[in-house]
Formats: sequence, C-alpha cells, structure tokens
Amino acid sequence: MTTTESNDLEVPAVVPDPNAVSVVINGKQFTARKGDLIIKAAEDAGAYIPRFCYHERMSPVGMCRMCLVEVDTGRGPALMPSCMFPVAPGMVVSTESPVAKAAQEGIIELLLANHPLDCPVCDKGGECPLQDQSFSHGPGESRYIEEKRHYEKPIPISDLVFLDRERCILCDRCTRFADEVAGDALIHFTSRGNTTQVNTFPDEPFSSYFSGNTVQICPVGALTAKPYRFKARPWDLQEAESTCTTCSVGCRTAVQSSRDEVLRYQGVDSDPVNWGWLCDKGRFGFESIASDDRLTTPLVRTAEGHQATSWNSASASAAQLITEAIAAGGASSIAVLGGARGSNEDAFAWARLAHDVIGTSNVSAQLADGLPVGVLGLNRATIDQAASATTIILLAPDLKEELPVLYLRLRDAAVKHRSRIIEFAPKASGLTRYAWRTVFYEPGSQADAVGAALAQDDIGAQLAKGDVVIVVGRANLAESSAPTIAALQALTTALPGAAVLPALRRGNVMGAIGVGMRPGKGGLDSRGILNAAADGKIECLILVGADPLADVPDADLARRALAGARRLIAVDTFINQSSKLADVVFPAAAYAEKAGTTTNIEGRVTTLAHKVTVTGTSRPDWMIAADLALRLGTDLGFTNIDDVTAAIAANVDGFESMTAEALAASPNGVLCVPVAVEPVIAPAVVLADRNAYDFRLVVSRKLYDQAIGTATSPSLATLATGGAVYVHPLDIARVGSAIGASVKVSTSKATIVLPLAADDAVQRGSAWIPFNQHGANPGDLIDAAAAVTDVRIESL
Amino acid sequence: MSRLSEDNVRIAQEIIGRYPRARSATIPLLHLAQQQDGYVTNEAIRHIGELVGATSAEVLGTATFYEMFKFEPVGKYLVNICRTMSCALMGGDELMHHAEHTLGIKAGSTTPDGLITLEHAECQAACTEAPTLQVNYRYRFRVTPETFDALIEDLRAGRLDSEIPPHGTVARIRQRIPADRGVGAVAPEDVTTAPAWMPAPEAAK
Amino acid sequence: MTGTTYSHVPGYVAGDRPQIVTSRFQYDDSYTLERAVATDGYAGLRAALGRSATEVHDEVKTATVLGRGGAGFPAGTKWGLTPQAVWPRYLVVNGDESEPGTYKDRLLMERDPHQLIEGCLIACYAAGLSQCFLYIRGEMALAQERVAAALNEAYAAGYVGNNILGSDFSVDIVLHWGAGAYVVGEETALIESLEGNRGMPRLKPPFFPAAIGLYGKPTIVNNVETLANLPWLMRNGAAAYTAIGSATSPGTRMVAVSGHVKRPGVYEIINGTTTFRDLLYNDEFCGGIRDDNELKAFVPGGGSAPWFLPDQLDLPFEGRLIGAAGSMAGSGAVMVMDHTTDIPKAALTLTRFYAHESCGKCTPCREGGTWLMRILDRVVAGQGTARDLDQLLEVGATICPGDFPHASSERLGIAAVPFPYKMTTICFVGPSAYTPVHSALTLFRDEFEAKLLKRTFIPVTGIHEPAVAQ
Repeated sequence: MTTTESNDLEVPAVVPDPNAVSVVINGKQFTARKGDLIIKAAEDAGAYIPRFCYHERMSPVGMCRMCLVEVDTGRGPALMPSCMFPVAPGMVVSTESPVAKAAQEGIIELLLANHPLDCPVCDKGGECPLQDQSFSHGPGESRYIEEKRHYEKPIPISDLVFLDRERCILCDRCTRFADEVAGDALIHFTSRGNTTQVNTFPDEPFSSYFSGNTVQICPVGALTAKPYRFKARPWDLQEAESTCTTCSVGCRTAVQSSRDEVLRYQGVDSDPVNWGWLCDKGRFGFESIASDDRLTTPLVRTAEGHQATSWNSASASAAQLITEAIAAGGASSIAVLGGARGSNEDAFAWARLAHDVIGTSNVSAQLADGLPVGVLGLNRATIDQAASATTIILLAPDLKEELPVLYLRLRDAAVKHRSRIIEFAPKASGLTRYAWRTVFYEPGSQADAVGAALAQDDIGAQLAKGDVVIVVGRANLAESSAPTIAALQALTTALPGAAVLPALRRGNVMGAIGVGMRPGKGGLDSRGILNAAADGKIECLILVGADPLADVPDADLARRALAGARRLIAVDTFINQSSKLADVVFPAAAYAEKAGTTTNIEGRVTTLAHKVTVTGTSRPDWMIAADLALRLGTDLGFTNIDDVTAAIAANVDGFESMTAEALAASPNGVLCVPVAVEPVIAPAVVLADRNAYDFRLVVSRKLYDQAIGTATSPSLATLATGGAVYVHPLDIARVGSAIGASVKVSTSKATIVLPLAADDAVQRGSAWIPFNQHGANPGDLIDAAAAVTDVRIESL
Repeated sequence: MSRLSEDNVRIAQEIIGRYPRARSATIPLLHLAQQQDGYVTNEAIRHIGELVGATSAEVLGTATFYEMFKFEPVGKYLVNICRTMSCALMGGDELMHHAEHTLGIKAGSTTPDGLITLEHAECQAACTEAPTLQVNYRYRFRVTPETFDALIEDLRAGRLDSEIPPHGTVARIRQRIPADRGVGAVAPEDVTTAPAWMPAPEAAK
Repeated sequence: MTGTTYSHVPGYVAGDRPQIVTSRFQYDDSYTLERAVATDGYAGLRAALGRSATEVHDEVKTATVLGRGGAGFPAGTKWGLTPQAVWPRYLVVNGDESEPGTYKDRLLMERDPHQLIEGCLIACYAAGLSQCFLYIRGEMALAQERVAAALNEAYAAGYVGNNILGSDFSVDIVLHWGAGAYVVGEETALIESLEGNRGMPRLKPPFFPAAIGLYGKPTIVNNVETLANLPWLMRNGAAAYTAIGSATSPGTRMVAVSGHVKRPGVYEIINGTTTFRDLLYNDEFCGGIRDDNELKAFVPGGGSAPWFLPDQLDLPFEGRLIGAAGSMAGSGAVMVMDHTTDIPKAALTLTRFYAHESCGKCTPCREGGTWLMRILDRVVAGQGTARDLDQLLEVGATICPGDFPHASSERLGIAAVPFPYKMTTICFVGPSAYTPVHSALTLFRDEFEAKLLKRTFIPVTGIHEPAVAQ
C-alpha cells in the first residue's frame, strides 16, 4: 500500500470500518466482513464456490475438499479449502483459475467414483447438489472403471429416515447436525478410510426429534424421508414460503405440493427464528392435511347423530343457536374457546364476532393450560435476545418436547458458551444437560426455589453479569398456573431489566390472544368458561379449533363443561372428542389451504401460504365468522383475507406494523407485541398439606402424542410412546411393584391404571405422566381448582 | 457378562479420573472391555458410553476406526503378519503363504479350534527384523517357515502362556498414580492461571 | 564390521559414535529406575529445575533440537508458538510410531523409558505445560509395559507428580495408548484420538495445536525421540549439543535401515553429515547390499518419502539437502531395494499401506488412495493397460496437483524436483499413497510397462524376483 504523505494532514480523519476486509475475488476488489470464510465472501461477491460439507449453520470440517480455490496471501497462489479460511486483508482469491478448476473437477470425479449414479430412481435427482455441481463444476466424464463400493440399499435408520450408504459421499453434514445442532449423536461415522460409512448403533435408531433436517441438508440422495420417498420429482413440486404453526416458535418453511397435494415441508433459513431447522413433528405433519378423516362438509346433529348438510343450513342453524342462547341467558351466556390453531385473521374475525356482534366477554384462546394474558404485556424477548442473553432463566416446560426449535436455539447458545442457562424445573428436561444450574423444585414450590436461588452468591453474580431472558410457561399441567406466576413475579421483581419469552405452545396462541381472543372486561377466562359451562350457566359454547376434552388438563371439568353447555358449535378440521358432541360442526380449511398471518412467541407476525385447494367444502375460520356475523345482523366488512389483515393492522393494539407492505418486504416477519394488556397479578398459592405416602404429580407433554395433527399423520402417529407413570428408579421399591407392571394411580377424585416406569429425570417423591398419550388419561386426576396434585401409586 | 465387571468398572473409573474430560478414556476403556471378553461387545460399548458420557453410536464410531478392536470373537491368539514394504522385501508374503498353509486357513479367519486367528498387518515398527509377526502384539523377528511352525507348536502346547496373554490383553502392567503423588486432572476451563513454576509475566521475555 | 549389537535390543546397532539417546541401551536393565539413576538419569531434570523455565526454553532453542517425527520443526520454536497467557497448556507425546520403515521411538520407549519421562518433564517445565499425555501406539505391548512400570517407579520416587524433587514444579504424566491407526501419528489426529474420537486430522490453520489443541487449549505435540534428547542437552548444554552434527541439523538422530542390506539395523548417527553411502555401505553401519547385489533404489525417510536412486548416495542425511534432492528426511527410515526387487510390487505395498490407513476424511485420499491401489494391483497382476499407467499419474494429480518431487537420474536424464508437493488433502496420508506410485513410475516406468497386459502366462513370484523374464 502506498500513501501520499503530503495529504495526510489535510484529509479529514475517516474512521475505517474495523469489520471491513478488502480482498480480490476473481480479479475484482470486494469488501468482505471480518471473520467471513472465503467461501461465504466469494458467494457474496457473486462467485459461487461448489461445496458439499460446508453448511453455513454448522462448523466447517474441510472434509469434501470440493471448495478448493487458489488463494494468494502474498506467498504465491496456493490451493486452499475456502470453507476453512477466513478472509484476510489483501487476499487474492481465484475460484475459477485453471488450477482451481482442475482441483474441483478432480474432486467431483473422485466423489462420483463410488457413487451409484442411480439418479433416475433417486428422490434427490433434480435438486441434488452432487448432480448439479457435477454438471457445473465436474469433468463431464469419469475415468473410473473399478468396481464400486456396495452396501445394502436403503436401510431404515429411524422410523422416518432411510439411509443409502452407496449414495453417501461422507460429507459429515448429517452426523455433524446430529451431534452439533441437535445434540443427538445417534448417527456417526463407523469404520475407516474407504469403507467409512454413516450408521447408527445396532438397535439404537436415529430417533431424534430433528432427524428430518438431515434429509434436507444431505447433499446427495443418501438420506430420504419415509413420508416423501417416491412421492414426487423435484421439478413437479411447486412451493410457497410459509410459517409452521405446529407450535408457536414460528419456523419458516417452504410448503411444497404437487397435483394439489402438500407433499413436503422444507425448512427455510430465517435468521431470527429457525436457522433452517424444523422439528420432525412440524416437518412431517403435512400428512394430516390430506387425511381421509378430514371434515368435508358441515354437520348438524339430528336424532340419528351428525348429518352432512349445506353451508347455508349449517350457518342458519348456528345463528339460530346463538340467537336462542342470547334470548335464554343474554350475551354473557355465550362463550368462545379457541382461535390458537388458526391465523391471526381467523382469530380476529372470531374475536369481532364474539366481542362486537354477539357481545360476550367470555372469550379465551387458551384451554386452562396456559398463562394469564398479562404475561403478554411483559417486556417481551425475541428468540435472538434469548439465545444471546448472558443468562437464560428457564421456568418453562421441557422445550425440547414442546417448542423444539427454540430448544435448538437455546442449546446452541449454551454449547457455544454465549449464554448460561439457569433452569427451574420439576423434572429434568432436554436442556438440563446444557444448563449451568438446574434447580429442581417440588411442584408448587417454584417461587420458593426461585427465591432461594436468587439468594445464592454465584447465581447472583451470574445474573449481574449481563442481560437476562426468562422463558416462562407451564411446566406441569397437574398444577395451576399460580405457582409459576408467583415464581415469575419473584424473578421479574428481582430482575426488573429481564425480558420475558412466553413458552405457550399452541401454534398461534400469541396471535389469537393478541388480536382479541381473550376475555373482555369482566369476561371469563378459559377456566372460568369451563366452570360456568359445568354449572349450566353457558347457553352456547363455541369451539373454534379447540378440543377441551383432549386439551384441558382437568378432564372431569372438560367433560362436565361440554355436558353442561346447552348448545355447542364447533369449527374444526376433524371430528374430535369435543366436536363429536357439537350441535353444528363447520369444516375448517387447514394449514396450507388458506392464506393469512401467524404470530409466534416473540410476537413475530409472518405470512402463511395458501398452497392447495381446501378439502371438501371447508372454509377458513374467518369466513365462517363473517358469515355468522352477517346472519346475526352485522357485516364485518371482510371480503377477502387482505381486508382482515388490514383491519388488524388498523385496529389492534401492538399490531400496527403488520401491514401487507411490511410483511411482503420482510419474510422474517414484523414484531407485534400488544402493549395495553392487563398486568399479571401473582395469585396466592395455597398448598394443601402433603401426605408423605403420596407422589406429587407432574403431567407434561411429549412431542408426539394423540393430538389430532399427529394422529392423522401416519408417519408420526406411531411415534407416540403411550402412557405410563414414571417415578425415579429409587422410588420403584416404594411403589411396591415392578417396572412394566400396571399400577393404580389415584387421587380422591379418580383412579387410573397405567404401567409403571422408571426414569431418573423424575425427581424423588414425584411422579410423571405424559399427557394425551394412549391409555388412561392423567387428566382424570387433575383438579383445576387445586394448586398441585398428589397421587397415590399402588400395585393392582 | 458383557458389560464391564465391577472390578473393571473400578479400573475404568481410575482411568477416567486421569483425564480432564472423561471422553478421553474411550480407547483405554475399549481395550479394557476387549481384555475382559476377548472382543468388544455391543453391551460393553453401551456401558463405556455411559461411563464417558457419549452415545453408543459415538463410542462405536471411535471403536471401529481402530483396527485392534474386534467386534466378533477371535482366536485366543491373534497372529498378525506384516506385509508392508520392509517385510515384503524380506519375504513377508511368502511367510503369509506358509502360515496359511500351516494353519489351513486364509488370512482373516480363525482355526476351527478357535485358537488362532491369522491376519495381515501393516508396518509393525520392527522393519530391520523383517519379516516380522506379532502374536497378541508380542513380536517374533526374522520369522522363517521353520520358526513359524515352531511358534504354532508352542502356542498349541501352551508353552508361551507366561509370555503371551490371551487376546485382549495388551499391556500387563497398568499405570497407577499414587493418590499422594498425583496432581490430578482438572477440567481445562477451570485452569485460568499459569502454573506455579512459570515466571510471572510471560511477556517479560 | 565395527557395529555392536546387543541380544537384548534386537535391531539396534551401536558404534563408536556419540550416543545422545541410546547410551543406556548397552545395559540389559536399561529400562529400570535403578539403572537410569546410576547413569545420570534425572540429572538433566535436576539441572533444568535449577534454572528458570525461560532459561531452559532458551537453551533448547539455542540447541535447535529438530523434531524427529517427520516434519523436522525445531522443538524450542514450537514451544514458543503457544499464545501468551492462555492456560492450561498440555504436552502430548507422540509415541504412535507407525511410518513404514521407522522404528526408533519404540526402542527408546522399551529400552529407556526414564529418559523419555525425564524429557517430558523438562519440556513441561520449560513451556509451562501442566499435564502430559504419553500416547503409545496400541500394538506396542512391551513399550506400554515398560513405560507404565517406569512411570510407576518415577511417581513413587518423586520424579513425577506433585512438587517434583521438592520444587514447585508439579505435573502428571498420563500413559495413553492407541488401538491401531497409522493416521493418529499425525498430530491433530493424535489429539482427536486422545479426546476419545476417531483419529481424523483436524482442520489446519488457523487452528494449529500450539494455539488450539487438546480440549481446545494450547498443546505441544512432540515426538518421543525429540524429547529423549532433552536430558542429555540439559546435562551437557546447547554448545555440546550443536558441536555434534551439522549447523542446520545438530545432534544425532536415530535411523532405521531395513530391506536388502547386509546388516539392517537402527543406528544413532551424527545428524546432518552422515551420507547414505556411509549408511548403506560402511562396515560401521549396514556393510553393503545383501549378497553384494546392486542397489536399485532406496526410500530415504520413511514410507512417505519419494524414492532415491544410487545417484543420491552421497547426500548427507540432512533435511534441507534431502528436500532439495526431491525427497524428505522424514522419520529417519531408509528402506533399501536391491536389483532383484520387483519395483511395481514394492510400490504397491506402500500404496496399499496408505490407502488402508486413510482415515476417510478427505475425498482425494479416501477415494483416490484406493483408486491408485486398485489400478496398481491390476498392473502388478499383469492385467494393466498403458492407459492405466497414465491414469495412475492423473489420479495422483488430483491428490497432489502440480509438479511432484522426485530424485534426479543420470540414467534417465532427469533433474530433481524439490520437496514439498502441493496437496488437496488435510494431511500427508493421501499424498503418501501417491508418492511410491509416482517415484516408481517416474524412475522405473519400464518395469511397469513390462507388466502390462500381454495375455501371456505370468508366473506367481515373490517380491524380489522379476515377474517377467526379460
């Protein structure tokens, strides 16, 4: 570099960007970012370097050698793997020099040497990086005439994934993903050298919740997903970008369809949210869209049971039921539960219908398994904030089971040493092994546990080090939300600067609450609605994609509520336990069958793609609401989905920024957090005396359960483990029964029978029953009015 | 009897305790398992995974990388005949032919009585004494057809029992660090300062 | 012949030369603490502890103790590459000796484990290394037993562990052993293996072990022989050390000469000045080619080294000169082929070795090495075509693009191409599979051509008989 000395004093001091690195790529000057790998900088500069093992979201391994380019750092050009070297000032990179091209062609030839080239029968053909880069960067023909390696053709490595080791090019992407990203190192390289292969340990399948990602990132057709195998060719697929609503993390997806049928979801790399990853439940749940069990027409109850009917007559009947109910008990005798499974627009239209047209305040998007609405008004954290916070406090359910991709992000924060996790939990969770401290508390006593922890010097010092994000949710359905709220209050009082990320799991629960599916002034919350219905005070109960019999923890309450409600209207995609009882059932359009927006736990509003035609005559929920409103005498003024979206932006507190333009401009969405929400008030927690013989019950969800979307996706349906009561191995003797034997689990309310199992994740003195599994329903044991649930476990 | 025995778990814990991270003990523990059972069983792999905090797949991945680990029963004596350059120059191939003939088996297989497994080996680091072989990793140098046959006779007759332990045992002497002498392994993240004997500011140089 | 052999050290040949690392080999109890202490054992450690760590480090730097593992990097300089003020730092001793033709570390471990332990302690003291892992090749049962016994003795006697010799110097030496994988001799693979993983080399710059090594901490990886030099150096000083050998390669080094010589053996030679002719023909060393045959070729520095011809006999065993002549001094192993050697078959034994030992990480090595072996196998079996010979070089070029080093030959009228080669792999295993192919084809192409497919009967032969009658 030369400097002109004479000008040094006159030139105003320009502060050079400390992060800018000037390099030459293929003869052109380019300013890269400090720390960028050459492969990334070159791509930014428009020079794509072929690659197989390199993946932006995983650490470089330099394994495939495909990305060799010539780099001159002042000592002459040398071949270097561009995925391993960061840019340095003055570096001269040639990605297409004769030497680089020869190296790249050589690698392609070597990779193809033992590759079976069975592209015509390979699912990956047409979207295969090996195929594509063989054309773009390969020599065109092979000189390899030796016998190729042979392995048994695809072997199942899990219930969802097949592995063809002949196609595998040993890039370490799947194995790295399993270890580095998912933390489930269940697939690994075995053997050595030319006979290296990827495999599982015998009888220990790759049963990771994230296994589908390996299929997506496999650069060849070695890994294929059972639900998609031989279903379509990539060139026949059409895709639209959308957001997964299986849970509330809001992972961005590409919904891909062929012949008007959704055939695959692929993760889309949304930097603030999912980094391209999806959980298997989200990825493979598409099967339920085309399920034969989908509702196709409206149903009305007659003496003979449900009869198919026309929309006209169903709407008229429903309007009639509502009108009758108002006449019988006034508007406040009507209650609406649900909205969390649909779009913001669906929820908004239903909120308008309930609050403004019908005039009831008894509206709730939760099912007595959530948190008080006030939690939404707390200083809201983003996922990025949580995953970069100095300290993450978990006061939440097992995120690996309920919000799997949030688990990935927080796990990443912990293993990359960005954050320390302090976990408060009634039993060990997926994040326990990554937590800096885990405080196990006896259900109900979390506020005490928090108080004691905050008084510890080392925890205090850690919390003082930097920013804190609290992830809060219901870790235990067998206790009320009160103890959790009390613990949260203790935390937010001690840490006023902390931000809060609510871990509510239903797909659009945040959006539904945010746009109005919440109690109005003086209105009942979900538990209040259920209690009122059980007491015969609800003339008409409307379920908008809600199934209280499956989801309300207190099963007895749910049964009494549905029996007590005089009129029942349901909007759903399936006939489920609750909609089976309804007087009128409207078939709702499912995911990918309707457009709109959804809101994730952060308050991030993103778009949903309308990709395939609706099933049967089903309609989006918002249309059903608009239709009912019209029949009840009010025109909501919506003629299409854009009208509803615009109405939300125009009218809803905190959602002003979710305009069509803003959403179109930002695929990662816009943040919409309601401001004017009633504050959270910590209720008093009254714990009854505990009988020493009893176990304190923990009931929580696992990723795979009997939920309708899982049960109607054949690939996922078999993955639910089934019910059992788990105690600590050292408590088995106390039960006086053997592992696997059926035992009675009882409270004063009920007795259920379940097999006994041991799990050291469960704390001594407590018992854990997974919720909504095959077999007896632990909800029978739960009393929504009690703070905690104690059970007795006895041999039959 | 395939998980590590109680005695071996004690040895395993002692070995693990020497490393700042338990995973480092994986290979020594695999040797311990092979010493116990003559080969590495799946149950042992699982057990080692539990002991060092790795998945079975990870331990299997490590184990299968290294040739000394066998995953199926082998003979009491593993006879490895070197075939790399120096031994080949001095008749290693011929020695293998002879061995196959004498034992009546091909390289890579075990005699019907289960006594001897014959294998090709790569360089055994005794190149000046070619051709060489190892029986359970005990050397025999400048092996001729005659000395090979005599060796097999001796093995069959049990005359080498004191010198050559059964397959699985490599070193018969273990390191023992006396409790009062050992410094002890410390997790790397728990060491933040220079060792006591180092001159204080290193930058002083 | 003037070389002395000891029946208790098969392979080792002593002579009237300075002995820096093998002086105790003469005793049949050389591996005991008693013998060590009776023969200056741990005197070097005492000398080191009497000085500051910095002084000891400087002494090693001044002596220019070159690494004896293969790369020949000065140990003192290597120790200085650790980043300032990052702790802990570890020492990993590379005793995974498996380079074809090489064995000296095995003898040093079997015959004088206390010298090695003392060397480890000196290194730890000088470079502030707080724990030492002594990684011994899995197949070396005797070495493992001798080192384990020696460590047990040394701990008991206060030479290792807490407050060594009453000082504030405390270090554990942990015996670790492998399980059969050549590539683990590569220092980053050695670290992976020591962490309990598959021994696959790690990415290179900017992640040198000295900066980011074992458990992500600064780590010095030194070869057994390198460390074995330190006790003598500490006792006698850098001046005495550099007085032996050449200016660029001071001291002595252990060299194993195997193959077709009259007296194959491991010799401690004067570094940098002893020529290959001395080694192969002097009575002090090998005493000539077996049966007074003609020398055809020799591998000068372990199986990874390009081959030399009789043309190179007068080169001294000195890293830079060998490099300039187209090969490398490597691990100190000379393999000698006389005129009866079937060159393609000899090349096959080495290529097969490296193909077999590929870890499988880099594509060119994993696929290319095996491809080379398959072609060579076919050629050796008389089933090759002329295309196969070109193919060998083309496949090799994908592992090592550009000019490949080789020796000069008066007979062929070719000049030397100096070391090193370019490579598309992380470590040297892949290129090493190509090295014998390239050397053999470049220097003896006629022998390959003689084997090409003629659809004629080819008798099954041993390696040292010409396969086809000329």
